[in-house]
Amino acid sequence: MKEAQNPDGIVGRGNREGADLFRMWFDQLDEAAKKGVPSAYVFVMGSLAEILRVFNLPLVFPEINSLQTAVRRVAHEYLGQAEDYGYSPDICGYVKADVALQIKGGVHPMGMIPKPTLAVLTNACNTYIKWAEIWERMYHAPVFTIDIPGTRQAGRKSHPGESDFERDRRYVQAQLNELIALCQQLTGLKFDLDRFREILAYTNRMNRAWKQIIELNRNHPSVFNALTDGTIYLGVSNGLRGVPEASQYFENLLAEMEYKAARGIGTLVEEKYRLVFVGVPCYPIFRRFNELFTEWGGTFVNSTYLWFASGGANRGYEYDLSRPLESLAEGLLLSVRDAMDSMFHQNLALQEIIAEFDVDGVVFHPIKSCRTVSTGLADGRRALMEWRDIPSLFIESDMMDRRVVSEAQMKNRIDAFFEGLASRKQRAALLA
Amino acid sequence: MTVSTFDKWQGQPLDEILYQCRELLEDMSFPTVKRWRGAGGKVIGHFQVYFPEEIAHAAGALPLKLRGAPVEPRHADSRFGSYLCSIIKTSLELVLSKNIELDMFVTHPICDAARNLGAIWGRNFSYPCQILYLPQNANSSYAVKYLSEEYARLLADIEVVVGRKVSPDALRSSISVFNQNRSLIQELYAIKRDRPWLCSADEAYTLLAIGGLIPREEHNQLLGTVLPMLKSRPNKPQDRIRVVFEGGFCEQPPLDMIRMISQSCYVVDDDLLIGLRYLLEEVPLEGDPLFNLAEAYLEKSTYSPVQHDLRKPKEKMLVERIKNAGAEAAIITAAKMCEPGLEEQVAYTRTLDELGTPYFISEFEENMTSFDHIEIQLETFVENILFS
Repeated sequence: MKEAQNPDGIVGRGNREGADLFRMWFDQLDEAAKKGVPSAYVFVMGSLAEILRVFNLPLVFPEINSLQTAVRRVAHEYLGQAEDYGYSPDICGYVKADVALQIKGGVHPMGMIPKPTLAVLTNACNTYIKWAEIWERMYHAPVFTIDIPGTRQAGRKSHPGESDFERDRRYVQAQLNELIALCQQLTGLKFDLDRFREILAYTNRMNRAWKQIIELNRNHPSVFNALTDGTIYLGVSNGLRGVPEASQYFENLLAEMEYKAARGIGTLVEEKYRLVFVGVPCYPIFRRFNELFTEWGGTFVNSTYLWFASGGANRGYEYDLSRPLESLAEGLLLSVRDAMDSMFHQNLALQEIIAEFDVDGVVFHPIKSCRTVSTGLADGRRALMEWRDIPSLFIESDMMDRRVVSEAQMKNRIDAFFEGLASRKQRAALLA
Repeated sequence: MTVSTFDKWQGQPLDEILYQCRELLEDMSFPTVKRWRGAGGKVIGHFQVYFPEEIAHAAGALPLKLRGAPVEPRHADSRFGSYLCSIIKTSLELVLSKNIELDMFVTHPICDAARNLGAIWGRNFSYPCQILYLPQNANSSYAVKYLSEEYARLLADIEVVVGRKVSPDALRSSISVFNQNRSLIQELYAIKRDRPWLCSADEAYTLLAIGGLIPREEHNQLLGTVLPMLKSRPNKPQDRIRVVFEGGFCEQPPLDMIRMISQSCYVVDDDLLIGLRYLLEEVPLEGDPLFNLAEAYLEKSTYSPVQHDLRKPKEKMLVERIKNAGAEAAIITAAKMCEPGLEEQVAYTRTLDELGTPYFISEFEENMTSFDHIEIQLETFVENILFS
């Protein structure tokens, strides 16, 4: 990047500031752990940050802690310890890394992690439920499951105002009231409605910007890599949801992306192939995994990961502050349901992305650790191929366990995929 | 609708009845389902574990529990990746290969793999394929109301499939049939518990599993005939240990594996096909039948690794099961790649370690055909207990 193209240092600011905020968040957790501050364990798909922050509970995201062990290349130490404890090699690596973290007394490469005073989870992933049962046993920590009914059948999604939707919304709202009562009991604090509105407003600002940022990747060249840059943005959107710094961050990020779009600045010197990523990234070799695509001029313009791992924030739902609890129930139902849809009905999400992002190919990456995301990918790919003749790649590995990551094998498959894409482009050029 | 789907057992001696039941259970052409459909009946296929079969029954349809099968998933394999349990693949295989034909398919949010099935089946078949969202927050005061409304939604969808409305009285009548069935199955399990030498684990399993393949009225008739026959068997107690078998709530171990276990153990209780008997008490006939079914699921159902209820910690429930059955040991198994089952093994074994209760730990797959290795290990385990 030449200075003349980036006079204000705006390009790359999102990644720098994102890393700083991420560091700040983990420093706060470290401090909370050392001081014994009561903390809440939550998950990315429906964190309930808006309620928990009213009660000043620091938020711990065990999924993010676990993936950080993989990115920092120490996951195998954690996995090994959990397997020695009795957990099978065939269960979720995130769960096992967290079990080991708990056995280690909260020791994590990013600092100390506090123990749970409360665990709040949704049913977006069934493993969340089994995972929380472990803390229940270890610490006798109260566990609260917010049950969010998903889409019952493809093509039969209910909408606000319809009886099926309102029935589900009332169920979600009843549970939110019960969660608030539990938080009041645990913290001794009263639920402050004004503070709640203030937090919802911060999330609104973030969601609004996040939706626009994703849409800006329709540009040629795309303005961010959904796999690598996107993971940084996801970290901030989850970990700091409902705090002013995150709202400001996403507004700044939107400005950066608009700046890049206006000047035609992309993520590669030459963007040859626009790809969509389906599944969960290969964190044990995260950088190299991405390079296997970028070396061919491929970049990820969108991913279902950006959708579900943001808990559906990609839809940009904005809470109605005049009816905050009702609106939170509605937003939670719409967003988390959308996150689930992008995992279970991923072929429909892909149809939407392909139609809007000028996509050259789709990369399916099912992983051993996560049945939620991976079980339906082969069939989703089959359905996608029936819908449209679009090149796709199907590679399996893991998000945590380097024992099931074969870089050489993946490279062979990826190289062949790009060779296919190249010859397809050549044929298209000849016919044009 | 009244169709006799399975009558080969009638008028036969006990051994012949058990043989015919086993033949039916192992017949992968599902003749009873074909007979039902041949007579114009609708079939509502539902995946393991918790499904209110009473609702499908009241609509005049055959509720068919899809529990996988020991078959090669030749068609289904291409629909799935690696690292998945077998039952997910073979259940779809049975339908893709047309061994079973359905009019509707329902799955449940019991695990991450199973909840994908609604979408996967929906992409492969034109009939309604959906997920019944059982409440995952069983402890919410709103859960019973939510579930009774969810059952009403399911009923409305089934009514479209069968082409007629279902009255509350029809639901009550079906609940009554299933209440009788629950009572008979409990009697079968009482024989296993109190006089296990009268009915081996594989025989009891066969008699139970048949219930998922035929109309429940027929199952009631079968059990009503067989149970007195079992009780009058001249069998004598043998020198075997009393065990609880845990791990068969979803994917089923091969029948030969159950038979192998029964050669050295009396399986005095288990969670095999728990979905056919998950309600522990009679469902009341008075009042709103859907509410009664919902309340029964939340308040009177058995535990399993795929049901989360703060009032029912699984390891404590297992200890209770062992105690109530008078078992001296447990066989703690899990289907290969079954995440909930494998996760629960840790809690189970650590609790049993604390209590000093012996256990035998293992994994299985429905397609297994050789049990030599497990058999030797199990015999050693049994001998250690018998001669300690």
